[in-house]
Amino acid sequence: MKIRAQIGMVLNLDKCIGCHTCSVTCKNVWTSRAGVEYAWFNNVETKPGVGYPRDWENQSKWNGGWSRLGNGKLKPKMGGKFRVLAKLFANPDLPEIDDYYEPFTFEYDRLQKAPEVHTPPTARPRSAITGEVMDKIEWGPNWEEILGGEFSKRSQDYNFGAMEKDIYGQFENTFMMYLPRLCEHCLNPACAAACPSGAIYKREEDGVVLIDQEKCRGWRMCVSGCPYKKIYFNWESGKSEKCTLCYPRLEAGDPTVCSETCVGRIRYLGVLLYDADRISEAASEEDVEDLYQAQCDIFLDPHDPEVIAQAKKDGIPHSWLEAAKNSPVYKMAMDWKVAFPLHPEYRTLPMVWYIPPLSPIQSAMEDGRLEKSGVIPNVHDLRIPVKYLANMLTGGKEEPVVHALERMLAMREFMREKTVEGISDLDILDRVGLDENTLDDMYRIMALANYEDRYVIPTNHREYAGDTPFDNEIAFEQRSSCGFSFGNGCGDGGQTRTNLFGTSTHKNTMSGRTRS
Amino acid sequence: MPETEIVTTSPFLHHLVFGLYPYIAVVVMVVGSILRYDRDQYSWKAGSSQLLRSKGMRIGSNLFHVGVILLFFTHLVGLLTPESLYHMVITTEAKQVMAMIGGGILGSITFIGMTILLVRRMTDPRIRATSKFSDILLLWLLYIQLILGLISIYYSSLHMDGSSMVALANWAQHIVTFRSGAADFIVHEPWVFKAHLFLGLTIFLIFPFTRLVHMLSVPVKYIFRSGYQIVRKRGRGY
Repeated sequence: MKIRAQIGMVLNLDKCIGCHTCSVTCKNVWTSRAGVEYAWFNNVETKPGVGYPRDWENQSKWNGGWSRLGNGKLKPKMGGKFRVLAKLFANPDLPEIDDYYEPFTFEYDRLQKAPEVHTPPTARPRSAITGEVMDKIEWGPNWEEILGGEFSKRSQDYNFGAMEKDIYGQFENTFMMYLPRLCEHCLNPACAAACPSGAIYKREEDGVVLIDQEKCRGWRMCVSGCPYKKIYFNWESGKSEKCTLCYPRLEAGDPTVCSETCVGRIRYLGVLLYDADRISEAASEEDVEDLYQAQCDIFLDPHDPEVIAQAKKDGIPHSWLEAAKNSPVYKMAMDWKVAFPLHPEYRTLPMVWYIPPLSPIQSAMEDGRLEKSGVIPNVHDLRIPVKYLANMLTGGKEEPVVHALERMLAMREFMREKTVEGISDLDILDRVGLDENTLDDMYRIMALANYEDRYVIPTNHREYAGDTPFDNEIAFEQRSSCGFSFGNGCGDGGQTRTNLFGTSTHKNTMSGRTRS
Repeated sequence: MPETEIVTTSPFLHHLVFGLYPYIAVVVMVVGSILRYDRDQYSWKAGSSQLLRSKGMRIGSNLFHVGVILLFFTHLVGLLTPESLYHMVITTEAKQVMAMIGGGILGSITFIGMTILLVRRMTDPRIRATSKFSDILLLWLLYIQLILGLISIYYSSLHMDGSSMVALANWAQHIVTFRSGAADFIVHEPWVFKAHLFLGLTIFLIFPFTRLVHMLSVPVKYIFRSGYQIVRKRGRGY
């Protein structure tokens, strides 16, 4: 057993209102630069829909993630090492920028500086790449907002799988949900596996998956390797970039920008302990429907004294073990079983988990359209088909999703009885296998969701990297030094405007200034 | 051949270009590459533009790369193998025929690929707008160099005794072994060989300032990586 700790995330889709605050704050911090205007390390998609980039979930098209061989071993779906290298000259699995969207800005200047004209001046979109006027904007990070577009196109959504989907195109039966997406910081990252330069790595201490910008050579294999299409090729710098899980913030004990700014309080960050020796075993589970459980099986109970002893031996700091005990992520994923990984069938063991959304049920209940099984409404009658959620979250297995939805309904029902009628109806809890203490905890963390309950993030202990338990030199060596930057950024010599080794072709258009 | 006479009228220039320039070019290439790797590794990349336009990449880029890599190594072996060594398996005359046919085939493959890539770079608005000066310059230089190489096949065919080939090989071998008088071997060679050599050396010279550096980063290590995953321990340096 080799215990490692990871900062995981849970998103409570039941509370996501699709306001895109996470996307916008993330963009302002991380991708408001030339070359990555099109990149959204965090984007929120409307489901059902084909998403951004178009049809990203369909791995028979993009070849992301892993495939399981006959002998039980795993191989990147895009091919083994030689196949990957054979794709260096031209990568057949690479999306084109139009699959995301051609980045643009509007001619805001015209609104102020146009001469006197008969009709009001317009601000046409101009490409951030060519500077040309664009006739039409074709796609974006949430182009299917609130079910925009024809059902025939949106229903290409991979999550419909083998479902009989036509009835969901009818107005009365339609359903929607939001899906905020970011890098999954997988335990078995396919992007890292596909990187020929070895520039992508997983940090041992907190599990964050990063791209070494100095080592990256721009072979663009990671873009194909990642089944979530959450690696973006910066066409200006020629290097790939991705969500960093705001590691400079995490190290200081602060939540990521997307979490911090989430107005719906849907995001949770916490420590998970797992057995690193069993990663390949879990990822190569034969039946895709069992992959969710296989991943749960390698998470370790932070209260188990044996686990604590071994974790200390493996160098996990005390503060991290304490945080693991209070981890909201562990509670929701493991104790209460209400959170699930996104597309476990890609076999990357993703570490950003989702609580499935309940559908609006109040009006359905009043109309009598919703059958109750005992006191809890029957989740199969909910507007969002369980099979759809299962295809997204558990590799198609419905029972865990049903179980989670029932628990969430029970929580609502129980708390309603308690606060409105003033009675604690323990029958409700019995049906879903909960006791009152657990339910209080669930209610506090999932419904009230106070800041300190959502983010239980221990600070990073750099000093543990030394030979002694607290290495002063390592702890302080970076004090007052360069922060986060690219290239020679704030290194010695400073950023040079002219450079023998290649100057940039594009100024930043994110300020709203068109490329001239 | 009148062109040849024009060049040979200035022995100083001839010695400068074929005696000294090779060393200047190689030193700039080596030192420049080391400096770039050390000082500005963020700029060290393949510079792929496939994300912006994949049309033409499948055929163009594959043909170009395969062709140019094979051309590079066949030039290396052809020029630097001593006469005494290859005479054990092949005569000078036969080697010339082999070089002409092999070079012709590889050159044609590369030519097709490069034409596609060049048209793409010059005419596609996205690719043009994101091209650095060095990208366009380099592509044209390589294209001209390739065409010169193809033209030289005709000049080779004018004398099938392999004399030009031997002269060029002697020049190259004297240069790489630091022997004097290298430039004397090719004084009387046709203009096309001299132009091909000069341009080739110039490509060496500009190597560190272009995207060509990505060839030094061929990810051979990837094949020998144990497993697929990389986990970095925290510690100094990261």
